[in-house]
Amino acid sequence: MGAWASLRLIAAEDILSLVGLLLLLVAGWCGDKAARFITGACVLALAAAAVFTVPALTNGVMGHDASVFFGQYAEDSFAAYAKLLIYGAAAAALLVAPAFFERVGAMRAEYPLLVLFATLGMGIMVSATDLLTLYIGLELNSLAAYVLASFLRNDGRSAEAGLKYFVLGALASGILLFGISLVYGFTGTTSFIGIREALHGGTFGAGLSVGGLFGMIFMLAGLAFKISAVPFHMWTPDVYEGSPTPVTTFFATAPKVAALALTMRVALFAFGTQAHAWQQVVIFAALASIIVGAVGAIGQTNIKRLMAYSSINNVGFMLIGLAAATPSGASAMLVYLAIYTVMSIGGFVAVLMLKDAEGEPLETLADIAGLSRHRKVLAGCLAMVMFSLAGIPPLFGFWGKFVVFQAAVAAGMVPLAAIGIAASVIGAFYYLKVVKVMYFDEPANLAVGKSGWVHQAILALCAAFISPAGYLLTKWLGGLANLAASALFHVA
Amino acid sequence: MTGFPILSLMIGVPLAAALACLLVGAATARWVALLATLVDFALGVVLWGHYEIGGAQWQFTEHLPLFAGFQWALGIDGIALMLIMLSVFLMPICIGASWEAIEKRVGEYMAAFLVMEALMIGVFAAQDLYLFYIFFEAGLIPMYLIIGIWGGAERISASYKFFLYTLLGSVLMLIAMLWMANEAGTTDIPTLMAYNFPVKAQSLLWLAFFASFAVKMPMWPVHTWLPDAHVQAPTAGSVILAGVLLKMGGYGFIRFSLPMFPEASAHYAPLIFALSMVAVVYTSLVALVQHDMKKLIAYSSVAHMAIVTVGLFAFNRQGLEGSVIVMLSHGLVSGALFLCVGVIYDRLHTREIARYGGLSINMPRYALLFMLFTMASVGLPGTSGFVGEFLSLSGIYQMSSWVALISTTGIILGAAYMLYLYRRVAFGEQVHADAAAMADLSLREVLLLAPIAVVVMWMGVYPESFIAPIRADIGHLEARLVQAKPVGDARLVLPAGAAQRTTSAGSAN
Repeated sequence: MGAWASLRLIAAEDILSLVGLLLLLVAGWCGDKAARFITGACVLALAAAAVFTVPALTNGVMGHDASVFFGQYAEDSFAAYAKLLIYGAAAAALLVAPAFFERVGAMRAEYPLLVLFATLGMGIMVSATDLLTLYIGLELNSLAAYVLASFLRNDGRSAEAGLKYFVLGALASGILLFGISLVYGFTGTTSFIGIREALHGGTFGAGLSVGGLFGMIFMLAGLAFKISAVPFHMWTPDVYEGSPTPVTTFFATAPKVAALALTMRVALFAFGTQAHAWQQVVIFAALASIIVGAVGAIGQTNIKRLMAYSSINNVGFMLIGLAAATPSGASAMLVYLAIYTVMSIGGFVAVLMLKDAEGEPLETLADIAGLSRHRKVLAGCLAMVMFSLAGIPPLFGFWGKFVVFQAAVAAGMVPLAAIGIAASVIGAFYYLKVVKVMYFDEPANLAVGKSGWVHQAILALCAAFISPAGYLLTKWLGGLANLAASALFHVA
Repeated sequence: MTGFPILSLMIGVPLAAALACLLVGAATARWVALLATLVDFALGVVLWGHYEIGGAQWQFTEHLPLFAGFQWALGIDGIALMLIMLSVFLMPICIGASWEAIEKRVGEYMAAFLVMEALMIGVFAAQDLYLFYIFFEAGLIPMYLIIGIWGGAERISASYKFFLYTLLGSVLMLIAMLWMANEAGTTDIPTLMAYNFPVKAQSLLWLAFFASFAVKMPMWPVHTWLPDAHVQAPTAGSVILAGVLLKMGGYGFIRFSLPMFPEASAHYAPLIFALSMVAVVYTSLVALVQHDMKKLIAYSSVAHMAIVTVGLFAFNRQGLEGSVIVMLSHGLVSGALFLCVGVIYDRLHTREIARYGGLSINMPRYALLFMLFTMASVGLPGTSGFVGEFLSLSGIYQMSSWVALISTTGIILGAAYMLYLYRRVAFGEQVHADAAAMADLSLREVLLLAPIAVVVMWMGVYPESFIAPIRADIGHLEARLVQAKPVGDARLVLPAGAAQRTTSAGSAN
């Protein structure tokens, strides 16, 4: 496939990078006055990119048909599915930002642009079918993310979050790169297809050599950092708590989707024939994430920190789907990922809507005591998010857990599923705590500040999705996820 | 009636009313809730009226494939019919009991109860494994809120205990269900009830289901959530908890554990017997020393439920039929007893038994009704309590005379703690002036208690009305269990002459 045809296939990335560069000029020319305009333009660019991505979702292009730039990049249904989630999450993070930053006078033009470039990087991550493309995407995303974490530069917590994220993120990138170099050394190629073939009885003989195994483990460790799976999760609570809340909304959703999708492609496609070699690692990470995420959250008093542990916990459940190493497991992960993204956006937008009379953001559990008395709808939505995250039917979060466990059981991993689901009861404790504070405690009457219609609309959409009405979407969502997952198992 | 989705309608009416309750004021919400529950009760009467005794095993079936492997499949047999009737009968009474007692957040309270009703009907009507699980689990959310928002002083720890205990019990059931659907290739409950799972797998599956149902039932030693939840819940919450939610455990044994895993059920029957015997004796003794009325009735519930489990695992008709009747009777009687406690709690705001006394002097009507329900709880002939317990115990006697012997002490101890309670509350000197000044039952309270009293007597005098619908289904279950009956290696030995008695009992039937 020639370069021109390749560029046409990656129209979404073309749009994002061109619009991003153009808006960079606008930002340089007009300064922070144009921040709102740029935010709007970025949302439009994301929408346009989404429009160009949708066909790939259902056309089922996969294998060589979707492979562009000589096998370095794939515009297949899997990438399209992940990208749409990423674009949606990024758009939500952009839309909720102006109200938050303008209050402290920090709405600068860089914010939407950094989000846009991070999103572009994530698009590259999920489409990468070559170790080098993978790394470029990952770093484009990470570098933008480090700056975003410390976006409130006068705020000590934000600066700390940015620094922590940067130092640990750089270390993880180094580990990942080291793994990549080992894998290259022991397979002789950087392309995913090449690695797959080399490990499947290629020039170096079938199976992983010790060096290749080391390389794979280092790569998984680096990726585990990006998805904040235990034992590489330490940064998550601090970064989530310290970052400005719109940025936390972004971190909890889009990069999680991208990194998990990337991990899936690496594990299931590149190392797909060596599942037995990485399954144990993934099983450990899954169970450890579920348990540490659940236990760690119990003592938290800050909602953002609590949500950070919740995200660690949820990543654990998704990794159970990966551990199954089957198409249905991958499909279940993708379904879970979509539901998790919506739940997280809903949760963080609800947190953003908690403001006192002066508009100061409220973040601790004590602040929302008795919220259900004076903010019925907001408390109801937050309670739904919590029950949904806990996986209690009939809320839609249950469906995510359900498909993941179904896949695990079908793959014969009954003990893994049993331990995972038993540990989910620990998690239910702290989700219940949030509901308890809002519904059972005496009102603190702090959260009285009103929010704009954008927040309300996003929250309403998320709440509708995770309500029992969400089950009406299961067939459609499951179908798309199946199609996307099949791309990973499609060997041309 | 064929083709008309009456079960869906019965689930839909309370849900729609729940939405309405959230939007309207307190006074309107009460009437909306009452109306919706009465409509549901009327639908229930229609359902019973059109239920064809001796007809197809599954009636009023609805089937709508919804999405990925999920079906909206509803349908009832006689056992489910009876339990649905119990739910829709108790529900208007619960709303009535909360009429004046609940003053804060009335709309939300009524909505929670209506959602609860929809989910209870769903549990008993579900014919799809996963649909059952969703209804079964979803009930946790409204009950958690009911206990936590409108409960007593220790409501928060009680609501947590209730939620986490029951959740931990049922999550393993989900894994078992996933495995079963994977193995059998269907989630249709009637099909699975006839599916022969490998005996080796049955054992683990049975335990997974047991974890869930034993907590729900509740069986000793996982009953500890129940006294707390009962004591802290508002009166109507206790009624629903004792009246219907506990029956989900017994229903689960009848619908899942016994027919789906007959061999494992036979294998684990001694475990059930052991736990039940401990429960009967231990919780009865604990009930005897309680100072709190609700706690006393809560412990008595555990003892009565132990009779249910013993009867269920007797593997014969008397035991199974008796257990279902005990469940129905206990649902009515313990519900009524909690209402009786609620009546005097509303007046004096204490559940201390010692704070009352001599109520038969100033509250004669109350004392009469309370006496009736006390006798029904004891199992006096002529009340519903007698029929079920007698059948259950005669069923288990054919299985093991020792289990029967120890279980029967529950009746003696039951008489002891119930009569002791009644003596302290209704008889004796009127030592407390405020208790002596309490007014007798109001019309509203009479209207709440009288219907239950009528049904309790009806079930005691002419139980055939309630046994007839379940007879055929118990027959199916018994036929299904025959294959496992001789297999269990840990079976308790029948005493000499038992076979002869079984035959004569069978012919008398």
